[in-house]
Amino acid sequence: MPQLYELTACELSQKLDRREVSSLEITEAVLVRIAQVEPKVGAFLTLTPDVARNQAIEADKRIAAGKRIGPLDGIPISIKDNMCTKGIRTTCASKILDNFIPPYDGTAVIRMRDAGTVTLGKTNMDEFAMGSSTENSAYGPSKNPWDVNRVPGGSSGGSASTVAAGEAIAALGSDTGGSIRQPAAFCGIVGLKPTYGLVSRYGLVAYASSLDQIGPLTHTVEDSALLLNVIAGHDPMDSTSLKVEKKDYTQACRDEVKGLRIGVPKEFFGEGVDKNVSSLVHKAINQLCDKGAIAEECSLPSIDYCLAAYYIIAPAEASSNLARFDGVKYGHRTKELAGHIGLMEKTRDEGFGAEVKQRIMIGTYALSAGYYDAYYKRAQQVRTLIRRDFDTAFEKYDVLITPTSPTVAFKVGEKTDDPLAMKLSDICTLPVNMAGIPGMSLPCGFHDGMPVGLQILAKPFGEETIFRAAYAYEQSNPWRYARAVL
Amino acid sequence: MTLSKDEVRKVALLARLELDESEIEKQAEHLNNLLNQFEKLQELDVEGIVPTSHSMPVYNVFREDEVHPSLSQSDTLANAPESRDGFFIVPRIIE
Repeated sequence: MPQLYELTACELSQKLDRREVSSLEITEAVLVRIAQVEPKVGAFLTLTPDVARNQAIEADKRIAAGKRIGPLDGIPISIKDNMCTKGIRTTCASKILDNFIPPYDGTAVIRMRDAGTVTLGKTNMDEFAMGSSTENSAYGPSKNPWDVNRVPGGSSGGSASTVAAGEAIAALGSDTGGSIRQPAAFCGIVGLKPTYGLVSRYGLVAYASSLDQIGPLTHTVEDSALLLNVIAGHDPMDSTSLKVEKKDYTQACRDEVKGLRIGVPKEFFGEGVDKNVSSLVHKAINQLCDKGAIAEECSLPSIDYCLAAYYIIAPAEASSNLARFDGVKYGHRTKELAGHIGLMEKTRDEGFGAEVKQRIMIGTYALSAGYYDAYYKRAQQVRTLIRRDFDTAFEKYDVLITPTSPTVAFKVGEKTDDPLAMKLSDICTLPVNMAGIPGMSLPCGFHDGMPVGLQILAKPFGEETIFRAAYAYEQSNPWRYARAVL
Repeated sequence: MTLSKDEVRKVALLARLELDESEIEKQAEHLNNLLNQFEKLQELDVEGIVPTSHSMPVYNVFREDEVHPSLSQSDTLANAPESRDGFFIVPRIIE
């Protein structure tokens, strides 16, 4: 008999509807689990047990009155610490925001609360979402629940760990170059980066505004659909959020892939991709073909230039976005007296970690007079080529399937001295943000005792096709029942 | 393309980062490594390719010029490292 904290949102929702369990019982079970395993995992930066208990009690009142809001009412979740939560510390895992208490809530946070979810706390991440392992957190790394000597991935590593460790039923993360999908793959769960503009970024502390997107981390494909139902939709507070019709994504979770056209882009299976990972992904594609899908190798030739282009565009946007941390309006301010420029320089030197400084430096350089054409403009032209490659592929295929990350989760400290190796961990996920298309990582087996993830991509607003393919694969495999032993 | 330490100092000033000598050295090495990797981009023919700044079509968003509720002055100042009489306090900028 599985414990309450091991169940999915869908399973718990049914139990709540049948009054077999209360939201408070679920919440207490998860809080006990957090007390037990958090010393090993370190997934949270801030815990809010009182908020959680109060929200659970409110949910139970609604359920008793027959007024349950929906399937997520009473379900405990965690939130990445780069989403503003009114009255609850929001640090972005940076010393520069160590004492920041937002005076407002982000839109995704409001929508989750309005759906009745119970907020357990804020999760660890790479500082300002810059990294692939959570090792760039100013508060120390989180650990992978499957092997605490390994990283959970990043930057939403804390959120992914909470779900994989039973410290939350589901979580919100953000994805700029793979920050939801890569940790989902490393932790053996489902992570979705929606189409750019589908989910409001209002209240998400900006890293690279043209690439950032909020999305769900869950145990199952159907849970992912439940969360997307809640957070998707136009928001007047985000001018890049798009007006698209509301959909019920759970309707797309059908075990039905007959005739589904799968493209298998060869560039994602090349040098550097662990043979064990690629063979599990190929096995998954074959399974879908056994169910009636049709797969074919294809090519996205511009992908080879993606890493370089991404590491110009993302830092360029970051250097501009992070200019707001000046020691004046909020956050850390240096104690040293230094005049107005010195105040900013010292504040930022003290407040930002090494990786953040590096990205601000490269971004500032790439945007500076005389170098703009050679770097930033050229990177944006490459971005056009990448988007064209995807557009061409999606004329022929409904989905593309690739590995999510070239390897399983690596050891803590293994790549901290090798920035290029660390960045290569995102090589399969970066192009998706560059093109703005949706992508999901879902578990497709184990290698070396560690989970492996595959990535399913579709054209813009093709989330339903992703859910269908992912659900069909998931239903034929046991991975959704696997839980880390801690 | 190699950046000298002086050029790195100039970028640090533009970025408002006070870096000490050892950090300047580290940043120079890091930047030069990255710039080497970026060289790959120069081999591509991008003549006539329109740059993409946004993957989705985005337009300027207008709304009626109406007053909406917004944060109060006290909420806005609550996180300020230093404030007085409803103002953010900054070092003197005019001698």
